[in-house]
Amino acid sequence: MSDVTKSPSEWAGAQGPHPDTVLDPPLSGDSFLAPGPDGEAQGLVAETSEGPQELARRALTDPGELRREVGAVLRLPEGVAIDPADIDVEQSDDETMIINMGPQHPSTHGVLRLMLELDGETVLRTKPVIGYLHTGMEKTAEELTYVQGSTNVTRMDYLAPLHNELVLSLAVEALLGVEMPPRSDWIRMLMVELNRVSSHLMWMATNGMDIGSTSMMIYGFREREMILAFFEKTTGLRMNHNFIRPGGSAADLPDGWEDDVTIICDTVLPRTDEYDELLTGQPVFRQRSEGIGRISAEEALALSLTGPILRSTGVPWDLRRSMPYLRYDEVDFDVIVGTYGDNFDRYSIRLNEIRESIRIIRQIVEKMPAGDYRVQDKKVTPPPRGRIDESMEALIHHFKVFTEGFKVPEGEVYVAVESPRGELGCYLVADGTPKAYRMHIRGPSFVNLQGLPLMMRGGLLADAVAVCSTVDPVMGEVDR
Amino acid sequence: MSPDAPTVVDEPSGASGSGGGSSRVPGRPSQEVVFPTREQYESVVGEYQKTGFEMCADLCGVDYLAHPGRRLPEGVRPERFEVVVNLLSLSQARRVRVRVQVPDTDAEVATLFELYPGVEAMEREAYDLFGIVFIGHPDMTRILLPEDWEGHPLRKDYGVGRVPVQFKDAPGPR
Repeated sequence: MSDVTKSPSEWAGAQGPHPDTVLDPPLSGDSFLAPGPDGEAQGLVAETSEGPQELARRALTDPGELRREVGAVLRLPEGVAIDPADIDVEQSDDETMIINMGPQHPSTHGVLRLMLELDGETVLRTKPVIGYLHTGMEKTAEELTYVQGSTNVTRMDYLAPLHNELVLSLAVEALLGVEMPPRSDWIRMLMVELNRVSSHLMWMATNGMDIGSTSMMIYGFREREMILAFFEKTTGLRMNHNFIRPGGSAADLPDGWEDDVTIICDTVLPRTDEYDELLTGQPVFRQRSEGIGRISAEEALALSLTGPILRSTGVPWDLRRSMPYLRYDEVDFDVIVGTYGDNFDRYSIRLNEIRESIRIIRQIVEKMPAGDYRVQDKKVTPPPRGRIDESMEALIHHFKVFTEGFKVPEGEVYVAVESPRGELGCYLVADGTPKAYRMHIRGPSFVNLQGLPLMMRGGLLADAVAVCSTVDPVMGEVDR
Repeated sequence: MSPDAPTVVDEPSGASGSGGGSSRVPGRPSQEVVFPTREQYESVVGEYQKTGFEMCADLCGVDYLAHPGRRLPEGVRPERFEVVVNLLSLSQARRVRVRVQVPDTDAEVATLFELYPGVEAMEREAYDLFGIVFIGHPDMTRILLPEDWEGHPLRKDYGVGRVPVQFKDAPGPR
């Protein structure tokens, strides 16, 4: 890991481009769009409106950008980093082909667009083009009160909505400086861990689909449905729950939740063994995942990759363990790490994280304390429903909390939680009004997509689909 | 403190240290904020990288146009924009936040791409939404919005909901 700090500084600044790269003067935006000397439009850009966001010809690409697109991450001395002899990066443009994959391609899990430079079937360069689902949620957040904020963020990562609500709530509570009742923390942990299981099941399903195991697709969705049914019972909605709110949760757990959760655990846990049998031992699955899309720990750290991708390289970094939030320091669980950083490791990590999450959920069922499910702070919490019918003050108070919201003291804070995809952060700036001055969500998928050029480099086009799948991007969070 | 050294604050300025509640916030006890000038920015981050901050967890912009009177430590001159970088040390389980003031007139700051290649997408996002240019970035283009988009929407003077209505025969406002 020490290489991380050493290597970029050695290459920083004046040393010029990496030996991997082709040196050609970059062109600016206008000349980029103009026809080249051969009369042909340069790159694919002339036919679309997006211009320089796309993957351009080598001769037209800035050396630094070209280096990035071929996946040369670490500026290590020659021979230590990716061996240029692996792929002939000196190829001229007429030997290679730039193709476009997405944004409507079914294997891109949403509206991810990949531009790939191919030599035959081998991927040389990759550039993810994103933004097709951008809805300006960070701008919207500035127009919403903190009470309304969780309805907004829950729509970002739509496979793990409760994590989004959690990170916003933690940030708001950090600025408020309120102490949360223990039961609220444990309810949040229960919901978030169930959400992790459902998200990983969804990943198992779609990854199976991408690699050609369609039965896994059906099984993954079947088990996920049980968890969504429990979410519906608890929060009223299958997705976009708005359940975890600043100041606690929207409601207490429903009667008999212990039985429901125990049934989920008792069903999902033995079925992970079935998945194990279905996929892990299957030669076709192994050949399509072992050694594919490899990444090293140094590269993953340099690219800010987190979550299962970072852990697959052997770095035991899990925010639940390393920087505990909620009550994760009071439950037992293992942080699953891999060795090779390939697709198979990422698969094994997610499969085993389902098991670890179930282990945590069982402990939560045992340890769930009695008490309040939200903080009893009159400034933050609306009065109970029963009081509204008998007290004018309670009615006014309720009205004020939901129309005007509560004021959060001036300040700024960064809070991060471990979502199923990695570090989900929230940077919140408050200016003393009931609305957030600035809310920034650090989406793990958004950052993790940067690993694609590296992981796809030198692989086959068919494996590019598998690699993209194991990165597990959720476009709602990438584009926000 | 000498004028050359960046201002370091150990606790976030908004911390209302009300005892036990804050200890449940991740990373809160050891969270520190650094305020380098634009000239110091790259070298300060480089120093942190050498002392074991392996990862740049987050980078984003903030537009303080509508909130000029924010609390800043002494000696830091407030400017319209701020670039906020969250560095993470895995070995020490520690975070540090670097806040650089970027003036409106020349909204430019050095890129961290050479130190942390992972800021590539984040700096493009900050450029796209705030118009802050990162000098030395290999691909300073829009990332979330279309290439021909006008303006930078997360700026406070961008004007929400003032897109002209396109209907030809629609009656005017009431």
